[in-house]
Amino acid sequence: MAKTEDLKPKTKDQNAMRHTISIIVANQPGELSRIVGLFSARGFNIETITVGKTLEPEWSKATVVTKGDDRTVEQIIKQCSRLARVREVKAVTSLPHIEREMALIDVSVRSGDERQEVMSLVEIFRAKVVDISHDRMILELSGTMDKVDTFIEMLRPLTVNEVTRSGCVAINRLSRLMTDEQFGAAAAA
Amino acid sequence: MVLRETLFDMLEAVSTAQNVAGEVQVPTRLVDPVRGAEILMRALVDNGVDTVFGLPGGAVLHIYDEMWRYREAVTHYLVRHEQGAVHAAEGYARATGKVGVALVTSGPGATNAVTGIADAYMDSIPLVVITGQVPTAVIGTDAFQEVDTFGITLPIVKHSYLVRNVEDLENAVNEAFYLASTGKPGPVVIDIPKDVTAALCEYRDDRARFLSVQAVEPECDREMLGVALERILTAKKPVFYVGGGVVTSGASEALTKVVEAMGVPVTPTLMGLGGFPTAHAQCLGMLGMHGTYTANMAVAESDLLVAIGVRFDDRVTGKLAEFAPNAEVVHIDIDASNIGKIRKPQYPVVADARVALEIMSEILVSKCATNHRERLGGWWSEIREWQKAVPLSCEYSEFEIKPQQVIETLHEVTNGDAVIVSDVGQHQMWAAQFYPFKRNRQWINSGGLGTMGFGLPAAMGAQIAVPGTQVVAIVGDGGFQMTNQEIITAIQYRVPLKVLIMNNGYLGMVRQWQEMFYERAYSEVDLSISPDFVKLAEAYGAQGLRAKTPGELKDVLKQGLEFDGVTIWDIVVSKEENVFPIVPVGGASRNMILK
Repeated sequence: MAKTEDLKPKTKDQNAMRHTISIIVANQPGELSRIVGLFSARGFNIETITVGKTLEPEWSKATVVTKGDDRTVEQIIKQCSRLARVREVKAVTSLPHIEREMALIDVSVRSGDERQEVMSLVEIFRAKVVDISHDRMILELSGTMDKVDTFIEMLRPLTVNEVTRSGCVAINRLSRLMTDEQFGAAAAA
Repeated sequence: MVLRETLFDMLEAVSTAQNVAGEVQVPTRLVDPVRGAEILMRALVDNGVDTVFGLPGGAVLHIYDEMWRYREAVTHYLVRHEQGAVHAAEGYARATGKVGVALVTSGPGATNAVTGIADAYMDSIPLVVITGQVPTAVIGTDAFQEVDTFGITLPIVKHSYLVRNVEDLENAVNEAFYLASTGKPGPVVIDIPKDVTAALCEYRDDRARFLSVQAVEPECDREMLGVALERILTAKKPVFYVGGGVVTSGASEALTKVVEAMGVPVTPTLMGLGGFPTAHAQCLGMLGMHGTYTANMAVAESDLLVAIGVRFDDRVTGKLAEFAPNAEVVHIDIDASNIGKIRKPQYPVVADARVALEIMSEILVSKCATNHRERLGGWWSEIREWQKAVPLSCEYSEFEIKPQQVIETLHEVTNGDAVIVSDVGQHQMWAAQFYPFKRNRQWINSGGLGTMGFGLPAAMGAQIAVPGTQVVAIVGDGGFQMTNQEIITAIQYRVPLKVLIMNNGYLGMVRQWQEMFYERAYSEVDLSISPDFVKLAEAYGAQGLRAKTPGELKDVLKQGLEFDGVTIWDIVVSKEENVFPIVPVGGASRNMILK
């Protein structure tokens, strides 16, 4: 079992919070590299980045997870807003939001016990088994980045062969009043 | 020909028929497809371009073929190195506010242009740089003279295009001019593969077809501006700190009105010189590392800093924690990302400097704020004390020419009217300190990037842009040797370029730092082995003049100015003169070293 300390997110700086920023950018060659280049040139870090089309095919949405204090995030938003082909930049995390990452995990199961252990974790985390062989399984999980982190940590005592993570996508909640916990409670009720 | 006429007839017949029926709209004129190269040239002309600085090569052959056909409408200046083309375009843009245009070939043409593009980016200068590219079919194959121009220039452009289809070319050019010149200006690169310049397409003559450009002119927050103005009117020790944004937006007049109404002191940055007359009674002189003692003290003591069109550059602030430590800040800038980047203002206003100052001026008139001048009496007497204690000065010598003296004499013989274009180094700081500027765009220099070699080609571009005004380049013996190949360009096009070399036989600014901060270990700064600049000038067919003693300085300067052609002055100045005052890097601005 992993120690509890290992499960906590590691931050160097108390003020360096994780932020999710969504950027609506023209779906044209080179525009994504402009954004990524801006992050490296200005010394902003990128934890994950995902890009996909929006409802309008000529516009894409990039979701960037970054770490930094409020001032850094303000700069990121302002700097990205300066780009000619960027239509909108917002810090999704500044309002109630839903955040999901997907992971595909290839894990070895050498015995029935190990398989049972995996199956119980799959159940607890509401993951899915998407492929199976005599001695390996591929699991699919979606959830917050923390949940994915934790799931992988829980699998570590077994042999994890490979992990592929999608990076985070996020969207603001319809109701600005509901937090994740409240929504969870409402869904459970 | 026959075919086209037949088509014409047919269409005309159809259109007449349909017009009668009143059902279908037909194009008012027929447009024949033309080469991409011609689309480019027509779009340039339609965007008001009559001057291009460039150097041809394989990838831009089609463009140069059209350039020849368009020679009546567009004057092309053939530079001798692509860096010269971009700096000349910058000089042109900086002297007028118009978009400067440079045209270079692919590969080394583009990489040679990079320094100039970065220079324009740092100082927010409107440029359109057109680079040739290898044909689309071979992009990515390491073809001859191929580089990823789009990628290389990505972090130093306001925007850029790799035009893969000729259909997109016209719109790209139109957008490029719009983006380069609006909002906070900057360089835009258009990379055009050779096959695109040969491909045929209609010229639509439609400058309204921007695809998806953001509105770049922010709307001024009048409410916040009003609150800020109230605060200014109650401040005990206000200082206006004004920069390049005032020059770019042409806000000088509005600024003068506002500060005269309120009686507040003003200090321009290196980029803001000329935006407010140096000789104005309310001007404290330049702020920053080599600014005046008074300006730096006033900012250090101020209780309200009104920052307009500035970005709190490290050469201005010195040690941040001690920059205007007791002041609240009003920050007016067109670029929202500048506000709060270095110093968080209490009164942030995202606005064009001129728009904001004009609004302030309106409000002031309605408030009749004239008695605010008297309120600041105590503050002014403090300021006058500093001015008296440490004025900008230098001691002349009998035997050698002092660099400051060169600037003061040049000021005298040009009646203070010349456009001064400076290179980078000690001479740049002396020019900034000792040539009082009267008007906007009278001072041109490479501020942000600090590009040695900028001065000479930029002065050529500026002189081309304002032919009726005297332009003088002030350069060091180091920077001069980086781009002196453009002398021949000036000769070729009969541009009366005047270049004043302040020759101290050193990379002077580096030498000064080695003297002050590295125990006089003069490492690789000795330029005493240099060409004979007078002979060099003559080899180019220019007038070469030298002054070595204070007695001959004035006459030599006059002689050069009177000459109708290119003049290179080799002015031999004292070797180890230092620029003072100076705020050491990372030091607090109130702790200036005075001499």
